[in-house]
Amino acid sequence: MGKYLIRRFLQLLVVSFVISVLVFMLVHLLPGDPTTQILGANDTAANRAILLKQLGLNLPLWHQYTIWLSAAFHGNLGTSYLNHESVTHILATGAPVTIELIIISQVLAFAVAIPLALVVSRKPNRAFDNVSTTTTFGLLALPPFVVAPILVAVFAVGLGWFPATGYTPFTQAPITNIHEMILPSVAITAGSIAVYFRLLRSDLISTLQQDFITMARSKGLSNRRIMWRHAFRPSSFSLLAAAGINIGSLIAGTFVVELLFALPGIGYALVQAVFQRDYLVVQGISLVVAIAFVVIQFIVDFVFTIVDPRVVRE
Amino acid sequence: MPDDKELFDTRSSSKMLANRIPMTAATDEAVLEMQSAAVDGEVLQKKPFGFLFWFALSFVGIVLFSAVLANVLPLQNPNFGHFTDLNQGPSSAHLLGTDDLGRDILARLVFGARVSLIVGFLGVAIGLVFGGSAGLVSGYRGGRLDIALNAFSFIILAFPAIVAVIAIVTFWGASLFHITIILGIATIPLMYRVIRASSLAFAQRDFVVAAKTMGATNTRIVLREILPNVIPVMVTFSLITVAGLIVIEGTLAFLGLSVALPTPSWGNLINEGSSNGLLSINPLIMLWPAMAMFTLLWSINLIGDRLRQRFDLREGVL
Amino acid sequence: MGRRSGGRTLEFKDAGTQVGPLLVVDDVHTSFRTARGTVRAVDGVSFDVHEGKTLGIVGESGSGKTVLARSIMGLLPPRDVIRSGTVHFAGHELTAMDDKDLRQVWGAELSMIFQDPMTALNPVKRIGVQIAESLILHLDMDKKEAGSTAVELLRSVGIPSPEDRVKWYPFQLSGGMRQRVMIAIALACAPRLVLADEPTTGLDVTVQAQILDLLAELQRERHMAVILVTHDLGVVASRADDIIVMYAGRVVERAPTHTLFHDTKMPYTRALMDSIPRLADPSGVRLNAIAGRPPDLINPPDGCRFAPRCPYAQDKCRESEPPLRTVGSADHLFACWFPLVDGESTVPPVPVSISAPVTPGPESSGASDI
Repeated sequence: MGKYLIRRFLQLLVVSFVISVLVFMLVHLLPGDPTTQILGANDTAANRAILLKQLGLNLPLWHQYTIWLSAAFHGNLGTSYLNHESVTHILATGAPVTIELIIISQVLAFAVAIPLALVVSRKPNRAFDNVSTTTTFGLLALPPFVVAPILVAVFAVGLGWFPATGYTPFTQAPITNIHEMILPSVAITAGSIAVYFRLLRSDLISTLQQDFITMARSKGLSNRRIMWRHAFRPSSFSLLAAAGINIGSLIAGTFVVELLFALPGIGYALVQAVFQRDYLVVQGISLVVAIAFVVIQFIVDFVFTIVDPRVVRE
Repeated sequence: MPDDKELFDTRSSSKMLANRIPMTAATDEAVLEMQSAAVDGEVLQKKPFGFLFWFALSFVGIVLFSAVLANVLPLQNPNFGHFTDLNQGPSSAHLLGTDDLGRDILARLVFGARVSLIVGFLGVAIGLVFGGSAGLVSGYRGGRLDIALNAFSFIILAFPAIVAVIAIVTFWGASLFHITIILGIATIPLMYRVIRASSLAFAQRDFVVAAKTMGATNTRIVLREILPNVIPVMVTFSLITVAGLIVIEGTLAFLGLSVALPTPSWGNLINEGSSNGLLSINPLIMLWPAMAMFTLLWSINLIGDRLRQRFDLREGVL
Repeated sequence: MGRRSGGRTLEFKDAGTQVGPLLVVDDVHTSFRTARGTVRAVDGVSFDVHEGKTLGIVGESGSGKTVLARSIMGLLPPRDVIRSGTVHFAGHELTAMDDKDLRQVWGAELSMIFQDPMTALNPVKRIGVQIAESLILHLDMDKKEAGSTAVELLRSVGIPSPEDRVKWYPFQLSGGMRQRVMIAIALACAPRLVLADEPTTGLDVTVQAQILDLLAELQRERHMAVILVTHDLGVVASRADDIIVMYAGRVVERAPTHTLFHDTKMPYTRALMDSIPRLADPSGVRLNAIAGRPPDLINPPDGCRFAPRCPYAQDKCRESEPPLRTVGSADHLFACWFPLVDGESTVPPVPVSISAPVTPGPESSGASDI
């Protein structure tokens, strides 16, 4: 076990390192630099040169990289050029928003997908199954940038049930917070429901054809018990894996709803920073997001080793 | 201790093997689930595709057809604004109405389809050609190159894609060509992983071993034994990815990073039409392309699924 | 052990009090609807089994024996299955019961040992749990009691260190061990009848013998009836009281074991026996495989179903189907127009000409080298 964890940790280090290089290189591909934004009206060549030197942006790239990386090791991801917040602070304020979005949407997704798949897998290809499956394809066809405006138009502007924009932290006013988060969460949920439902359904169907299910029947176990205790467990593995990937990609993938609903999350901050050439913010957030993705996958893998006795742990 | 039988159970063995490549087996598992999904619990096989399938296929066909032949079809000029006919509803002159600049929506829709289709299909083609072939070979041969490629693809997939895409599009410029290439390259690691997982699973099967013992060369094995088996997964996953790329184009448009207006694309039509003012004045500007995109995506997914159902050869015991 | 009281609507008498046969199978037919047609897997089978006795059901793959076993239990797929005939067990008509009632029977009074323990055991659950499930369900035990009973059951089937092994997963055990676990599960609630479907296929010969001995011993202890379904005559030779030979969905011969082996009437049964390779044979002797393949169960041939492969088939055999009848002793039934007498045929053998590829040469197709 210890060996396993050490190996994983080392892999994490290597991956983080490679990602940091990629992130850094990519960001510096962008044409332009923050000076335009910062200087605004005072944008002259001379001022730019001074500013560049001040910000350390005239140093050779590799040098900038090492400075950044060593600072990052000490927990200092730099400061935004534009509003002088530290990147860490930006992340800290943005994370709760994004995480809350992800939690709500995934809970919703599981709440719909799992029971539906359980019901449908017992009688595949019958009427109810066909309707569910076809509807699910519809969900896949509703990306957030389509659903969100419609939701806002109908429920916020039209019916006035939910606010169209705005964010109140949970710690401040939990009810308002949830109220504000519902529409954006729903906008994200559609795709997740579809993925989870289809995956679980097909896995359950193939599990239910296995001999051990017939054997469980022959022991006199009730159908409900068989579904939950015998079929769901082995089938949940692929669901777990898919959830890992889905959640990992959602961390920054929420930017569409964050932008639309004016939620100050990580995606919002990231996209803004890219547009403003706020290098350090982009680098810092990208690095953290990518590492978070990797960590989530490792956690999923680890859970696998606990939950699935067949997986060999080296 | 697991006996030989265990090793030939493809799911668990590829899990074990995937764990030897010490990154997550997550996508691989998802792929193999898709692949070995024995859907039909019935004894009846070979069901006809069903009405919905043909409907979906026809819709995709119509879209393709009209997009390709847009120049020849009797459509209005998509960029010409009839200033006297702003925000008209559907009429005989303008079948889907006009937008806020008086442009014919139907024409914009048809020409805009080109962007979505090209980005979707060509992008996936790029991914298949480069990522797919690499995955096919890599899954079969294994070895250090495989481990390296797999780790590398995992890292790339961990990277927040928006940053890369936005950065590169900004750098390079947002033209249809550039966007297609960028998104195409973005699908390479995805295709690689999925097809590699499938190739890996088949590479351990007995028929491959048998081919080897009969002296088949590796090339022959990959092309003649493994590839035909991997094709169903390829097709299904490619279709899913086409749908995904179409969505990404829409998202890029949302950020203002897709094809520049006034050139229409479904993404920027939706985005344009969603702005608060327009949505209340003339919701059709947004709704027509939204419905078109919805139907197209839905159709593509349905086609992919039905094909998979039909051609999926069950591995399990009956 | 006490029987579960709550929720049970069916009464079962205790062991040893059964009057008449324990299991009565009466003209059971089971067919499956497929795209190619209706497959008549079991086409009119009748027999009975008494308490404490062992019945062997023997046949090739495709003879319908597994489907028969499942039909008796009632464990068939819910759709595209056509059934007729009745099955009576301990005074209850199984074929008239719905799943809800059948669940009171399954595992508690009537249980099944499946063919492949690797696929029949849930791979992600510990074997102790899989045993305890039945105990908790049918015998009203709590978890603790079920756990310790499970350990005892493992011990009784000969698994060493059961206190440790009870926590193991199936893949950690060898094939023979898994089969023992299956037996433990099947016998956990002391059922009156156990259906053992190919319980030893895939196991080493020595392990086979151990498993069968174990089964026989437990059977004696508990006064259980056993139905042994197998393709291997050797398995039933010393262990069954009566044997049924099935071919193409029908019973072609039934007799007490001794009678079957010493006074075989059906050429098919004879051929089965001859196909068993003998240790005493010099090496290089060809295997006496039965030429040809079993018939298509969607369109079975007119006449005797074995006729295309039978070395003694006459015109009458191909034209009309011989009924299952008895001559002399009432417990020996057979379905043949020209039954063997004293092990020899009354009609001259005719070379079997079959278009399907066949392993041995034309000279070995039946009773020639005895």
